[in-house]
This record gives sequence, structure tokens and C-alpha cells, in this order.
Amino acid sequence: MSNYFNPEFETLTREQIEALQLERLQKTVRHCMNNEFYRKKFAEAGITPDDIKSLADVRRLPFTTKQDLRDTYPFGMACVPIRDCVRLHSSSGTTGNPTVILHTQHDLDEWANQVARNLWMVGLRPDDVFQNSSGYGMFTGGLGFQYGAERMGMLTVPAAAGNSLRQIKFIKDFGTTAIHAVPSYVTRLYEVMKEEGVDPRRDTKLKVLAIGAEPHSEEQRRRIEDMMGVKAYNSFGMSEMCGPGVGFECPEQNGMHFWEDYYIVEIVDPETLEPVPDGEIGELVLTTLCREAMPLLRYRTRDLTRVLGRTCPCGRNHVRLDRMKGRSDDMMVLRGVNIFPIQIEKILMQFNELANNYLITLTTDEENDNMTVEVELAHSTDDYAHLQSLEKEIRRRLKDEILLTPIVKLVPLGTLPVSEGKAVRVVDKRKVYQ
Amino acid sequence: MTIHQLSIFIENRSGTLIKVLEAFKEAKIQLIASTIADTAEYGILRIVCAEPMRACEELKKAGIAVALSDVFALQLDNKPGSAADVIKLFSQAGISITYIYTFLMRGKGILVFRTNNTDLARKTIAENNLPYIAEGDLAEWA
Ligand SMILES: [Zn+2]
Repeated sequence: MSNYFNPEFETLTREQIEALQLERLQKTVRHCMNNEFYRKKFAEAGITPDDIKSLADVRRLPFTTKQDLRDTYPFGMACVPIRDCVRLHSSSGTTGNPTVILHTQHDLDEWANQVARNLWMVGLRPDDVFQNSSGYGMFTGGLGFQYGAERMGMLTVPAAAGNSLRQIKFIKDFGTTAIHAVPSYVTRLYEVMKEEGVDPRRDTKLKVLAIGAEPHSEEQRRRIEDMMGVKAYNSFGMSEMCGPGVGFECPEQNGMHFWEDYYIVEIVDPETLEPVPDGEIGELVLTTLCREAMPLLRYRTRDLTRVLGRTCPCGRNHVRLDRMKGRSDDMMVLRGVNIFPIQIEKILMQFNELANNYLITLTTDEENDNMTVEVELAHSTDDYAHLQSLEKEIRRRLKDEILLTPIVKLVPLGTLPVSEGKAVRVVDKRKVYQ
Repeated sequence: MTIHQLSIFIENRSGTLIKVLEAFKEAKIQLIASTIADTAEYGILRIVCAEPMRACEELKKAGIAVALSDVFALQLDNKPGSAADVIKLFSQAGISITYIYTFLMRGKGILVFRTNNTDLARKTIAENNLPYIAEGDLAEWA
């Protein structure tokens, strides 16, 4: 069987990719003229679809933001009549309106093709059994992987998130070979397996994990691989683009291939909005190339990453992006220093004594902002001196990484709150001065 | 010559202590002695009990991380200075004591301690014929 689910598009050369992108961009921009929001935006920018003559002209297009999606709630971004749409996903709005993403049948088919391509890429084949331990409902990780895994031809189990004992029973009884879940849930699942005396290497047929939706460090990935005894591949998705499927690691595990037949990928400086050179960190900006219901032009994802390369030993020349460094929204500014939770996680995962769960709390005392990092000890101990030197060493390495010294608190295993969905890693209790 | 002691890392606000005691109650295992060494943030709860191996399993089942360590439990004469005499034997042998605590079992003073050199400590106990508690004694003494 081929190494590729979709060899025609996966193995395009750079020239072919760029020619295809230009053709699809021109079509997308013309399609956007069906929508009043875009017509107005184009008029303000003084451009028409005919101005897109080269791929570089994408930079003449206006950016789209999450705020635009909120402002046009619910259907203001649709480029086809609503009766032509067959699915709607909505993200909860913690501030203001929620956002709505519409799909035609064609959009859903292409979404499933992207996910299928990814799962095939990491070695899964139609005789595999895929357990999707991800939230369903509005969360696109549920239906996105469901349809993609089915498209690939696998027996697909919509186990959803939570109820770890039942998950483990499914894994054993159905001979599950691949699981998709958020990384914090995989570690939770492993802990329950351990309590139940289930050894994933001995008692299961697992061979692949797809992990995503939560930013995580390389250290956490390696730890998950060591625990479960299988390869874990990083998945990137966002509901605005469709959901999972947008980017995925190949067996090289050296960055995620972002599918450039579906998207134009730009990395820009979040302040100046100018492109940054390959290798430099900036905000990921995506333009959809195949969407009918709701194309998005130069959508600012708020995710920070960098380009690692545009070729790969796996034979795919679709751009490889580094794992997300965090979202510009997740950035904490503490005493003038920019800090991402992922930096803290990276350090904590270096200590074998520590378990996987941690919580960062920001507080204000009289004059200063403080950071407290609570982390669970993996094992109990009879050795005090070791605990004290461990605390000291964690503080020291954190200081090297984030340039300020947090308060480190060791807590017993199982005492920090666990979530079965996306983990809450930061609690900000600071007073806001404005 | 040694007995198993349970060591449980606890944090002051998290209610682990109650969870531990509840687990003992549920499993009907008798606590013989316990001590907490603590700082402002956390402590290590050390427990001597009947059936330490079963207690360890029960605690794990209750989701509590526990470490087992080998400690010595010597029986003391009920007279002033008996603890000092015993400790002196160890320091003369060049053994240092990591921690120590005492309790009464059936009216007898028991000295529990951990050393930096278990082998040498065994030798010292044997050579001086010191009366010690073995693990099997715990269930029946409790
Ligand atoms: Zn590759």
C-alpha cells in the first residue's frame, strides 16, 4: 500500500504547490465577493479579485480576526446561502458573542480527507481500530476525527472524553490500535491504567496516539510516549479552519506538515503584521483555499510558531511548522517579562520525580506580581532533604527559563484539579490596574 | 530485623491526612505509631502499623502515593537513659541516624529510627543482642 493517502496532492513539488495555491486563492477571493462583509473590506483596502496576480499578492488582502467572527455572529461570514450549509460548529464565547463556523457537504468531505491523510501518514491503515477519546458536540476534535478516521476506512469508536475505566475496557476489548485525545487526558488515562494494573505495552495493541488541541512541550510528548510505549503525533486544528486536520506530524516528528493545498500559511510579527523570516517565531496566519461556506482570508490564529522547513525526508513538501509555542492570548506578562505556560511545563517535565499535572497561579501582593507553580510529586518519599533540594532545583531551572523566580509548591499525587477536557494550567488572581 | 514503615507525602491543605486515616479505617488496619515532620508547606507522614504491606496496597487503591522504607524498631528498657545507651552504640559504630521517634507498645518503649548504613546497623544490633521488633510482631502486638 502507498505511503500516501492522497499521493497526487501530498507529493507536489514546491512549484506545483505554489501554482495550485495561486489558482485556488484567486477562486477563493472571487467567491468572497458573495459576502457583504468581504465586499466592504475589499473596498476599504481598495482591491478587487483581479488584483491577485501572484501568490505574494495575498499580503494585499485584509486580515480577518476572531472579533470579525463575533461581530458578524451568527451568519454574517457565510459566502453561500444558509440552505446550502449542512453543519454548524460554534465556539463558546467567554467574552461577547460566540463564533459560528458553517460547512457545506463539500467542506465536510474535504475536512474528512485532511484528517484521513494525516492518520494514514502516521502509519494507520483500514484494518486499524481508532478510538476517539475526545470531546464531541461542538468541539471539532470529536466529529473531525470521527469522519476522518471513517474516511480512511478504520473501525472508529466514538468513545468521547472521560470515564477512563470504560475507555480502558474498550481499548482492551476492541483491540484499539490508535487513540486521539488531548495530552492531559492521555496522562490521566495512563494513571488509571496503572491503578488498574493494565500495562499498555503488554495488555493493549496500541501503536499510535494523536494528541492535540492543548499546547504541549516536546518533553511532555516524550513522556507520553515513554508511558504508553507508542509514538505520539502532534495534531494541529482550529475550528475556524474546520477543526483538526490542518497540520499534523509525519513519522519524522520534526514539525507538523501544514497542508498547503488547503491553506496559505504565513508567519507574521504580531505587532507589525509584517512577515518574519523562516525560523523566526511569529503569529500563524491562515487563508483557506477550499472552503465554500465560510472561506477565511488571512485569519489571525493568535498561535505562535515558526517555519522549520519546506521539504522533508517523508516526501511531502508541505511546510513544516514547529509545535505551537502558545497563543499570544496565553502569554502572561509578569513584572514586565513575557512568559508562556509551555515554558514552565518544559522544565517541570525534565524531573522524573514530578507527575504530569501542574497549576500556575498568579497573584498580587502589596507591590508585586507573584507566580506560584504547584506540581504533583509522582511518588511519595521518606527523604526530606531530597524534597528540599528538588524544590530548589526546580526553582533554579525555572528561573533560567523565565528569568524570574516563582514560588514552587510540591503537592501529593492526585490533589490538583483534573479536567477530562482541556486542562486548566493558569489561574490569574491578580488585581487589574488600569 | 527491620520493619516496613509507610511514608506519605502530604501537603497541609489538601486533606491527605484524613484520606490516609479513612483508608486505614476502611481496611481495618491498626495504626501503631505515626509522626509528621513538616515545614510550612508540606510534610512527611510516617506510619508504623499492623500489616504494612496490605496497608500500602490499600492506600494505593485509595489513590494515595506511598513509599515503603525499612526502619529499625528496638525495644527499650523502661528506665531513664535506655534510649541514650542504645544510640551511643550506633554512634560509636560510626552510624548516623536520619530520624528517630518513639512510642509505647504494650507498656514497652519502642525506638524507631532510620540510619545511613542499614548493614552496619544490623550488625550492631546483633552484636549487642538488642531486642528488636520484627515485622511479624506488628500484627500480634497491635
Ligand atoms: Zn514529513
